[in-house]
Amino acid sequence: MPITTIYENGTVTAFLSGDIDHHTAAVMRETIDQTVESSLPQKLIIDFKDVTFMDSSGIGLVMGRYKLMRSINGEIEVRNVSSHIKKVMKLAGLDLLAVVK
Amino acid sequence: MKAINEMTLSFISRSANEGFARAAVASFFVQLDPTVEEMSDIKTAISEAVTNAIVHGYQDSLGKVQICARIYPDNRIYIRIKDQGCGIPDIEKAMEPLFTTCTTGERAGLGFAVMQSFMDKVKVRSTVGKGTTVILTKKLSSKQQNA
Repeated sequence: MPITTIYENGTVTAFLSGDIDHHTAAVMRETIDQTVESSLPQKLIIDFKDVTFMDSSGIGLVMGRYKLMRSINGEIEVRNVSSHIKKVMKLAGLDLLAVVK
Repeated sequence: MKAINEMTLSFISRSANEGFARAAVASFFVQLDPTVEEMSDIKTAISEAVTNAIVHGYQDSLGKVQICARIYPDNRIYIRIKDQGCGIPDIEKAMEPLFTTCTTGERAGLGFAVMQSFMDKVKVRSTVGKGTTVILTKKLSSKQQNA
């Protein structure tokens, strides 16, 4: 499973793993959206620790979740990004949009 | 300049092949002993081009995606990604950052921006109804010696 989500104290944490591309992003997106829509958290943390590769599909994934969290007045945090993933995110200015740690 | 090595790869436009294509092409270039960063850059650029072929070129239909990869003596790599899909009516517009024909908001419109930023040169040829060819080139810094 390329994604595990945990809901605790008003925060959903989504642990992604493996490669993020157009093919794998779909199941990650659906899983996060279902969890967020059913638990309406104040905060969504997306953890990239076990992500081995990401192309611009990952940008779409984060941007879409950013919009989703804004629509429920919540915040988003992106955590444990490797230097390569940071490079891809910076291209989209995502480092300014979400809190990238 | 004549290529010193070349390979071709052909697969159908299933999204499950995106990972296969970038891994296969990247491993062809291992013989140049690229840095980890160069390897990530190459994989990302290929992934964008292949995804474009699958998502935009062929849309809901299945077709063939062909990749030709070459190595030149000056450590330059060449990757051609070709589809026989719908083609791009306005290449300049398609290459604008954030431009996307996707309406669900899940595609960032940054595919060409990623290719341009991670490779030295990106060339696009396209004919509506006939298909699109993307050529990526990059000079690797790598440690000489191509066995």
